[in-house]
Amino acid sequence: MEFASSDRMIRPAINATALKILIAGGFGVGKTTLVGSVSEIEPLRTEEQLTERGAGVDDITGVERKRTTTVALDFGRITINQELILYLFGTPGQDRFWFMWDELAQGALGAIVLADTRRLASCFAAIDFFEERHVPFVVGVNCFDGTQMYTVDEVRAALDVDPFVPVLLCDVRQRESTKKVLTTLLEHIMSLTGHAQRAAAVDN
Amino acid sequence: MSGEDSAWFDEDAGPLARPYTFTRGRTHVARDDLNMITLVVALRGNHGGELDHAHERILECCQDPISIAEVAAGADLPLGVVKVLLSDLIEQNYVIFRTGLAKHSSAASPDTLQKVLDGIREL
Repeated sequence: MEFASSDRMIRPAINATALKILIAGGFGVGKTTLVGSVSEIEPLRTEEQLTERGAGVDDITGVERKRTTTVALDFGRITINQELILYLFGTPGQDRFWFMWDELAQGALGAIVLADTRRLASCFAAIDFFEERHVPFVVGVNCFDGTQMYTVDEVRAALDVDPFVPVLLCDVRQRESTKKVLTTLLEHIMSLTGHAQRAAAVDN
Repeated sequence: MSGEDSAWFDEDAGPLARPYTFTRGRTHVARDDLNMITLVVALRGNHGGELDHAHERILECCQDPISIAEVAAGADLPLGVVKVLLSDLIEQNYVIFRTGLAKHSSAASPDTLQKVLDGIREL
Protein backbone atom coordinates (compact mmCIF):
# COMPACT_ATOMS: atom_id res chain seq x y z
CA MET A 1 0.00 0.00 0.00
CA GLU A 2 1.15 3.49 -0.77
CA PHE A 3 1.12 6.11 1.95
CA ALA A 4 0.44 9.74 1.48
CA SER A 5 3.73 11.52 1.93
CA SER A 6 6.53 9.28 3.11
CA ASP A 7 8.85 11.19 0.78
CA ARG A 8 8.54 14.38 2.75
CA MET A 9 9.14 13.33 6.31
CA ILE A 10 9.38 16.39 8.47
CA ARG A 11 10.96 16.21 11.88
CA PRO A 12 8.45 17.82 14.21
CA ALA A 13 9.55 20.48 16.67
CA ILE A 14 9.15 19.58 20.34
CA ASN A 15 6.86 22.55 20.78
CA ALA A 16 4.68 21.28 17.94
CA THR A 17 0.95 21.03 18.50
CA ALA A 18 -0.52 17.55 18.15
CA LEU A 19 -4.16 17.26 17.15
CA LYS A 20 -6.39 14.27 16.73
CA ILE A 21 -9.41 13.28 14.76
CA LEU A 22 -11.37 10.14 15.62
CA ILE A 23 -12.67 7.66 13.09
CA ALA A 24 -15.63 5.75 14.44
CA GLY A 25 -18.17 3.30 13.10
CA GLY A 26 -19.10 -0.34 13.27
CA PHE A 27 -16.71 -3.26 13.07
CA GLY A 28 -15.29 -3.79 9.60
CA VAL A 29 -16.68 -0.56 8.13
CA GLY A 30 -13.28 0.61 6.89
CA LYS A 31 -11.83 2.73 9.69
CA THR A 32 -8.27 1.49 9.35
CA THR A 33 -8.53 1.66 5.56
CA LEU A 34 -9.49 5.32 5.87
CA VAL A 35 -6.53 6.02 8.15
CA GLY A 36 -4.15 4.23 5.79
CA SER A 37 -5.34 6.11 2.72
CA VAL A 38 -4.04 9.46 3.99
CA SER A 39 -1.46 8.58 6.65
CA GLU A 40 2.21 9.29 5.95
CA ILE A 41 3.09 6.18 7.95
CA GLU A 42 1.68 2.69 7.69
CA PRO A 43 -1.12 2.63 10.28
CA LEU A 44 0.29 1.67 13.64
CA ARG A 45 -1.43 -0.42 16.20
CA THR A 46 -1.19 0.13 19.88
CA GLU A 47 -2.86 -1.77 22.63
CA GLU A 48 -4.27 -0.48 25.82
CA GLN A 49 -5.24 -2.62 28.74
CA LEU A 50 -8.45 -1.22 30.02
CA THR A 51 -10.42 -1.84 33.09
CA GLU A 52 -14.13 -1.53 32.97
CA ARG A 53 -15.33 1.69 34.39
CA GLY A 54 -16.90 1.82 37.82
CA ALA A 55 -14.56 -0.01 40.14
CA GLY A 56 -11.75 2.48 40.64
CA VAL A 57 -9.63 2.16 37.56
CA ASP A 58 -6.22 2.34 39.20
CA ASP A 59 -7.02 0.56 42.40
CA ILE A 60 -5.39 -2.84 42.40
CA THR A 61 -7.27 -3.85 45.53
CA GLY A 62 -10.51 -3.81 43.61
CA VAL A 63 -9.22 -6.41 41.23
CA GLU A 64 -11.77 -9.09 42.03
CA ARG A 65 -14.57 -6.82 40.89
CA LYS A 66 -12.96 -5.73 37.67
CA ARG A 67 -12.48 -7.17 34.26
CA THR A 68 -9.60 -6.15 32.08
CA THR A 69 -9.81 -6.04 28.32
CA THR A 70 -7.11 -5.40 25.78
CA VAL A 71 -8.25 -2.94 23.16
CA ALA A 72 -6.44 -2.26 19.91
CA LEU A 73 -6.26 1.21 18.41
CA ASP A 74 -5.13 1.81 14.87
CA PHE A 75 -3.73 5.21 14.06
CA GLY A 76 -1.94 7.19 11.42
CA ARG A 77 -0.20 10.56 11.17
CA ILE A 78 -0.24 13.58 8.90
CA THR A 79 2.55 16.06 9.56
CA ILE A 80 1.07 19.37 8.42
CA ASN A 81 4.29 21.24 9.16
CA GLN A 82 6.96 21.28 11.85
CA GLU A 83 4.56 22.86 14.29
CA LEU A 84 1.40 20.93 13.53
CA ILE A 85 0.82 17.18 13.54
CA LEU A 86 -2.53 15.55 12.98
CA TYR A 87 -3.22 12.03 14.24
CA LEU A 88 -6.11 9.94 13.01
CA PHE A 89 -7.32 7.32 15.46
CA GLY A 90 -9.52 4.45 14.40
CA THR A 91 -11.66 3.59 17.39
CA PRO A 92 -12.60 0.13 18.55
CA GLY A 93 -15.60 -1.20 16.70
CA GLN A 94 -17.36 -3.14 19.38
CA ASP A 95 -19.88 -1.52 21.67
CA ARG A 96 -18.39 -3.19 24.71
CA PHE A 97 -15.38 -0.91 24.41
CA TRP A 98 -17.35 2.29 24.86
CA PHE A 99 -16.10 2.80 28.36
CA MET A 100 -12.72 3.84 27.03
CA TRP A 101 -13.95 6.47 24.62
CA ASP A 102 -13.81 9.30 27.13
CA GLU A 103 -10.05 9.29 26.94
CA LEU A 104 -10.11 9.04 23.18
CA ALA A 105 -12.57 11.92 22.87
CA GLN A 106 -10.69 14.27 25.18
CA GLY A 107 -9.10 16.99 23.13
CA ALA A 108 -10.32 15.61 19.80
CA LEU A 109 -10.86 18.22 17.08
CA GLY A 110 -13.72 16.22 15.70
CA ALA A 111 -14.78 12.86 14.38
CA ILE A 112 -15.71 10.98 11.25
CA VAL A 113 -18.49 8.45 11.68
CA LEU A 114 -18.18 5.85 8.94
CA ALA A 115 -21.46 4.24 8.01
CA ASP A 116 -22.18 1.10 6.02
CA THR A 117 -25.71 1.17 4.59
CA ARG A 118 -25.99 -2.60 4.97
CA ARG A 119 -25.58 -2.16 8.72
CA LEU A 120 -26.59 1.41 9.47
CA ALA A 121 -27.52 0.63 13.06
CA SER A 122 -23.89 -0.15 13.84
CA CYS A 123 -23.01 3.56 13.86
CA PHE A 124 -25.92 4.80 16.02
CA ALA A 125 -23.86 4.42 19.20
CA ALA A 126 -21.03 6.54 17.76
CA ILE A 127 -23.43 9.30 16.68
CA ASP A 128 -25.08 9.37 20.12
CA PHE A 129 -21.68 9.51 21.77
CA PHE A 130 -20.41 12.48 19.77
CA GLU A 131 -23.70 14.36 20.02
CA GLU A 132 -23.72 13.98 23.80
CA ARG A 133 -20.16 15.21 24.15
CA HIS A 134 -20.54 18.00 21.58
CA VAL A 135 -17.70 16.61 19.49
CA PRO A 136 -18.18 17.94 15.92
CA PHE A 137 -18.60 15.11 13.44
CA VAL A 138 -19.46 14.29 9.85
CA VAL A 139 -20.96 11.06 8.55
CA GLY A 140 -19.15 9.33 5.70
CA VAL A 141 -21.22 6.69 3.97
CA ASN A 142 -18.61 4.21 2.79
CA CYS A 143 -19.57 2.68 -0.55
CA PHE A 144 -18.17 -0.80 -0.85
CA ASP A 145 -18.01 -2.13 -4.37
CA GLY A 146 -21.02 -0.24 -5.60
CA THR A 147 -23.28 -1.41 -2.83
CA GLN A 148 -24.64 2.08 -2.36
CA MET A 149 -28.39 1.56 -2.33
CA TYR A 150 -29.48 4.77 -0.69
CA THR A 151 -29.14 8.46 -1.32
CA VAL A 152 -27.48 10.82 1.14
CA ASP A 153 -30.91 12.15 2.09
CA GLU A 154 -32.21 8.66 2.83
CA VAL A 155 -29.19 7.90 4.99
CA ARG A 156 -29.55 11.23 6.79
CA ALA A 157 -33.20 10.50 7.52
CA ALA A 158 -32.41 6.98 8.73
CA LEU A 159 -29.65 8.22 11.03
CA ASP A 160 -31.71 11.17 12.26
CA VAL A 161 -28.71 13.47 12.57
CA ASP A 162 -29.11 17.22 12.98
CA PRO A 163 -29.58 19.04 9.66
CA PHE A 164 -26.28 20.93 10.05
CA VAL A 165 -24.24 17.70 10.28
CA PRO A 166 -22.64 16.94 6.90
CA VAL A 167 -23.41 13.52 5.43
CA LEU A 168 -21.46 12.48 2.35
CA LEU A 169 -20.77 9.42 0.24
CA CYS A 170 -17.18 8.21 0.14
CA ASP A 171 -14.88 5.39 -0.81
CA VAL A 172 -12.19 5.41 1.85
CA ARG A 173 -9.87 3.22 -0.20
CA GLN A 174 -9.33 6.29 -2.36
CA ARG A 175 -7.07 8.98 -0.92
CA GLU A 176 -8.93 11.81 -2.65
CA SER A 177 -12.22 10.58 -1.26
CA THR A 178 -10.83 10.38 2.28
CA LYS A 179 -9.35 13.87 1.85
CA LYS A 180 -12.80 15.13 0.91
CA VAL A 181 -14.27 13.64 4.10
CA LEU A 182 -11.50 15.23 6.17
CA THR A 183 -11.81 18.66 4.56
CA THR A 184 -15.60 18.51 5.01
CA LEU A 185 -15.03 17.82 8.70
CA LEU A 186 -12.54 20.70 9.03
CA GLU A 187 -14.91 23.11 7.29
CA HIS A 188 -17.72 21.92 9.55
CA ILE A 189 -15.60 22.49 12.69
CA MET A 190 -14.62 25.95 11.42
CA SER A 191 -18.22 26.92 10.76
CA LEU A 192 -19.25 25.74 14.24
CA THR A 193 -16.34 27.67 15.79
CA GLY A 194 -17.38 30.75 13.83
CA HIS A 195 -20.98 30.44 15.03
CA ALA A 196 -19.82 30.06 18.64
CA GLN A 197 -17.60 33.12 18.36
CA ARG A 198 -20.34 35.21 16.80
CA ALA A 199 -22.76 34.06 19.53
CA ALA A 200 -20.22 35.00 22.21
CA ALA A 201 -19.72 38.41 20.56
CA VAL A 202 -23.48 39.02 20.65
CA ASP A 203 -23.63 38.00 24.33
CA ASN A 204 -20.91 40.48 25.16
CA MET B 1 -10.36 -17.57 35.61
CA SER B 2 -13.75 -18.46 37.01
CA GLY B 3 -15.31 -16.52 39.85
CA GLU B 4 -14.77 -19.46 42.22
CA ASP B 5 -11.05 -19.48 41.57
CA SER B 6 -10.56 -15.80 42.18
CA ALA B 7 -10.37 -15.97 45.97
CA TRP B 8 -6.76 -17.17 46.14
CA PHE B 9 -5.18 -13.83 45.33
CA ASP B 10 -5.25 -10.59 47.23
CA GLU B 11 -3.40 -7.34 46.75
CA ASP B 12 -0.11 -9.05 47.70
CA ALA B 13 -0.39 -11.22 44.62
CA GLY B 14 0.85 -8.28 42.56
CA PRO B 15 -0.04 -7.34 39.04
CA LEU B 16 -2.14 -9.73 37.02
CA ALA B 17 -1.40 -8.10 33.70
CA ARG B 18 2.02 -9.25 32.63
CA PRO B 19 3.18 -6.06 30.84
CA TYR B 20 2.88 -4.22 34.11
CA THR B 21 5.83 -6.19 35.47
CA PHE B 22 7.87 -3.55 33.57
CA THR B 23 6.38 -0.94 35.84
CA ARG B 24 6.75 -3.06 38.98
CA GLY B 25 3.02 -3.35 39.14
CA ARG B 26 2.27 0.34 38.95
CA THR B 27 -0.76 1.03 36.83
CA HIS B 28 -1.21 4.56 38.07
CA VAL B 29 0.41 7.57 36.51
CA ALA B 30 0.85 10.33 39.06
CA ARG B 31 0.63 13.02 36.41
CA ASP B 32 -2.56 13.42 34.42
CA ASP B 33 -1.01 15.52 31.68
CA LEU B 34 0.11 12.61 29.49
CA ASN B 35 -2.23 11.38 26.81
CA MET B 36 -1.98 9.47 23.55
CA ILE B 37 -0.91 12.48 21.50
CA THR B 38 1.38 14.10 24.04
CA LEU B 39 4.69 14.66 22.24
CA VAL B 40 7.82 13.48 24.02
CA VAL B 41 11.51 13.70 23.19
CA ALA B 42 14.69 12.48 24.90
CA LEU B 43 16.94 15.28 26.01
CA ARG B 44 19.82 15.59 23.58
CA GLY B 45 22.46 12.89 23.82
CA ASN B 46 20.74 11.16 26.69
CA HIS B 47 20.70 7.43 26.03
CA GLY B 48 20.24 6.40 29.64
CA GLY B 49 22.96 3.74 29.96
CA GLU B 50 22.21 3.51 33.65
CA LEU B 51 18.52 2.76 33.17
CA ASP B 52 16.87 -0.63 33.24
CA HIS B 53 15.99 -2.32 29.98
CA ALA B 54 12.34 -1.22 29.83
CA HIS B 55 13.11 2.45 30.42
CA GLU B 56 16.01 2.31 27.98
CA ARG B 57 13.73 0.81 25.36
CA ILE B 58 11.30 3.70 25.77
CA LEU B 59 14.08 6.28 25.67
CA GLU B 60 15.40 4.81 22.40
CA CYS B 61 11.96 5.27 20.83
CA CYS B 62 11.84 8.99 21.57
CA GLN B 63 15.14 10.29 20.24
CA ASP B 64 13.04 12.49 17.92
CA PRO B 65 9.81 14.19 19.01
CA ILE B 66 7.08 11.57 18.86
CA SER B 67 3.62 10.96 20.31
CA ILE B 68 3.12 8.59 23.21
CA ALA B 69 0.88 6.44 21.01
CA GLU B 70 3.78 6.02 18.57
CA VAL B 71 6.19 5.20 21.40
CA ALA B 72 3.78 2.49 22.56
CA ALA B 73 3.50 1.06 19.05
CA GLY B 74 7.30 1.23 18.55
CA ALA B 75 8.09 -0.40 21.88
CA ASP B 76 5.24 -2.89 21.46
CA LEU B 77 3.93 -2.15 24.92
CA PRO B 78 0.44 -1.12 26.05
CA LEU B 79 -0.19 2.61 26.31
CA GLY B 80 -0.76 2.43 30.05
CA VAL B 81 2.64 0.82 30.63
CA VAL B 82 4.36 3.36 28.40
CA LYS B 83 2.77 6.25 30.28
CA VAL B 84 4.09 4.93 33.59
CA LEU B 85 7.61 4.44 32.20
CA LEU B 86 7.57 7.84 30.48
CA SER B 87 6.48 9.63 33.62
CA ASP B 88 9.51 8.07 35.38
CA LEU B 89 11.75 9.35 32.59
CA ILE B 90 10.17 12.80 32.74
CA GLU B 91 10.65 13.00 36.51
CA GLN B 92 14.30 12.03 36.12
CA ASN B 93 14.81 14.60 33.34
CA TYR B 94 15.60 12.10 30.61
CA VAL B 95 12.58 13.17 28.61
CA ILE B 96 10.63 16.37 28.12
CA PHE B 97 7.10 16.58 26.82
CA ARG B 98 4.57 18.88 25.31
CA THR B 99 0.87 18.26 25.79
CA GLY B 100 -1.66 18.54 23.02
CA LEU B 101 -4.78 20.57 23.51
CA ALA B 102 -5.81 21.14 27.08
CA LYS B 103 -7.64 18.21 28.59
CA HIS B 104 -11.06 19.79 28.60
CA SER B 105 -10.71 22.00 25.58
CA SER B 106 -10.97 20.79 22.05
CA ALA B 107 -10.99 24.28 20.63
CA ALA B 108 -8.15 24.87 18.21
CA SER B 109 -7.73 28.42 16.96
CA PRO B 110 -9.28 29.34 13.59
CA ASP B 111 -5.74 29.90 12.29
CA THR B 112 -4.71 26.37 13.32
CA LEU B 113 -7.84 24.86 11.77
CA GLN B 114 -7.15 26.70 8.52
CA LYS B 115 -3.58 25.36 8.45
CA VAL B 116 -4.84 21.81 8.99
CA LEU B 117 -7.42 22.26 6.24
CA ASP B 118 -4.80 23.61 3.82
CA GLY B 119 -2.41 20.81 4.78
CA ILE B 120 -4.97 18.11 4.03
CA ARG B 121 -5.83 19.70 0.68
CA GLU B 122 -2.15 19.61 -0.27
CA LEU B 123 -1.72 15.90 0.45
